[in-house]
Amino acid sequence: MCLGIPGEIVELLDDRTDLAKVDVSGVRRAINIGLLENETLVPGDWVLIHVGFALSKIDEDEAKAALEFLEGIGQAYEDEIAALQESIID
Amino acid sequence: MRFVDEFRDAEKAHALAARIASLCEPGRQYKFMEVCGGHTHTIYKHGLEDYLPESITLVHGPGCPVCVIPMGRVDDTIHIAEQDDVIMTSFGDMMRVPGGRGSFLDSKAAGTDIRMVYSPLDSLKIARQNPDKRVVFMAIGFETTAPSTAMTLLRAKQEGLDNFSVFCNHVTIIPAIKAILDSPDLRLDGFVGPGHVSTVIGCEVYQFIAKQYGKPIVTAGFEPLDILQSIYMLMVQLAEGRSEVENQYSRVVPWHGNPKALQVIGETMELRPYFEWRGLGFISHSALRINDDYAAYDAERIFEIPGVRVADPKACQCGEVLKGVLKPWECKVFGTACTPETPIGTCMVSSEGACAAYYNFGRFSRERIQEASHV
Ligand code: SF4
Repeated sequence: MCLGIPGEIVELLDDRTDLAKVDVSGVRRAINIGLLENETLVPGDWVLIHVGFALSKIDEDEAKAALEFLEGIGQAYEDEIAALQESIID
Repeated sequence: MRFVDEFRDAEKAHALAARIASLCEPGRQYKFMEVCGGHTHTIYKHGLEDYLPESITLVHGPGCPVCVIPMGRVDDTIHIAEQDDVIMTSFGDMMRVPGGRGSFLDSKAAGTDIRMVYSPLDSLKIARQNPDKRVVFMAIGFETTAPSTAMTLLRAKQEGLDNFSVFCNHVTIIPAIKAILDSPDLRLDGFVGPGHVSTVIGCEVYQFIAKQYGKPIVTAGFEPLDILQSIYMLMVQLAEGRSEVENQYSRVVPWHGNPKALQVIGETMELRPYFEWRGLGFISHSALRINDDYAAYDAERIFEIPGVRVADPKACQCGEVLKGVLKPWECKVFGTACTPETPIGTCMVSSEGACAAYYNFGRFSRERIQEASHV
């Protein structure tokens, strides 16, 4: 659960400014972006996600390197993605 | 180098390792603690200790939130789950943590409704979907996770939900580091600072480690090269006689953290006078509870909590492992009575726990256990 996973913002929601749709290794889910309210976020930006919340904005190179690393750690990352897949945030 | 698991950039790692080795003073032993369980995972996964000179030892710290939850809190959670109409929710990592009366999974098998969730917001949704149930979120985690719980509390209040509460077990990292610095059994030369906790609390808060205790600390990323580079930065500080806070992970960790995250924690929670940590005992001001403004969402006020203290099993040496005094394989039950399938201690449950990390990458450990048993 302690993993921070990078996700790419694919959609911001007009009626729910606290949420964004992200893509994490092909899984698309809504996450909360309320902790980054002082940043401007646009689709294409990458964020570090922890338990359904964007914790910080990261650049694309960092995101790609982190993803490659996480995919390499195997089980713990698969568990995290499986958990994300079950997520029902709205 | 025979245990080395080659990774991308292994060449760079060897180059860094050579520079680290060149900074070692002959005859001096160095001990660095990596505070964060994520770092422990990387270190074992990639056999990073085998890159380092013999004179540098890495010891594992208390930064695995699942590992530090005492058995009594697991029992308290199960007790709440046993009350009428309760749906208990928690992170997947908690499900197999043994309490005095078994784990959440055991309790679920016995008929309670304990569910695994990815996010506290998922708990909130379960509460909305089940208005006739009382939904409780068993919250664990350091400052990385506490803001998420805080945001969820704000949301619950906004929506006026009256069937949602939080059983708060959030802990704070600074008092734990302080407890380790004050503990007489361990002499450390510096710290590999936690990564994601620092995205929230920033790096400034570590100044006391450098100023009062005179130990260098370098906040580090999670890739093998990040950790080696941080060790290099620690060695440079020691060689130059400095003790400072440095940030190797500045591409993710802002020096002042995330002010919004700290603000929402402050809005919804307050420090407890003291909290029991597994293995480390009671540490003052080391955990958070829900504040009076959010009393209506505080499971500790809604339910009667037995608050029993359960002593860790005799064989369990998690405390020593969490303080960095023992290496996982030095615990008497490691890999025999205690395995990820049948954990006796918490360090074997979470993938960030030192024992589980060590067990899972056992191709290193088996040889080391043999070596250890020969001395
Ligand atoms: S082997 Fe098991 S009991 Fe021993 S320290 Fe590790 S988790 Fe605790």
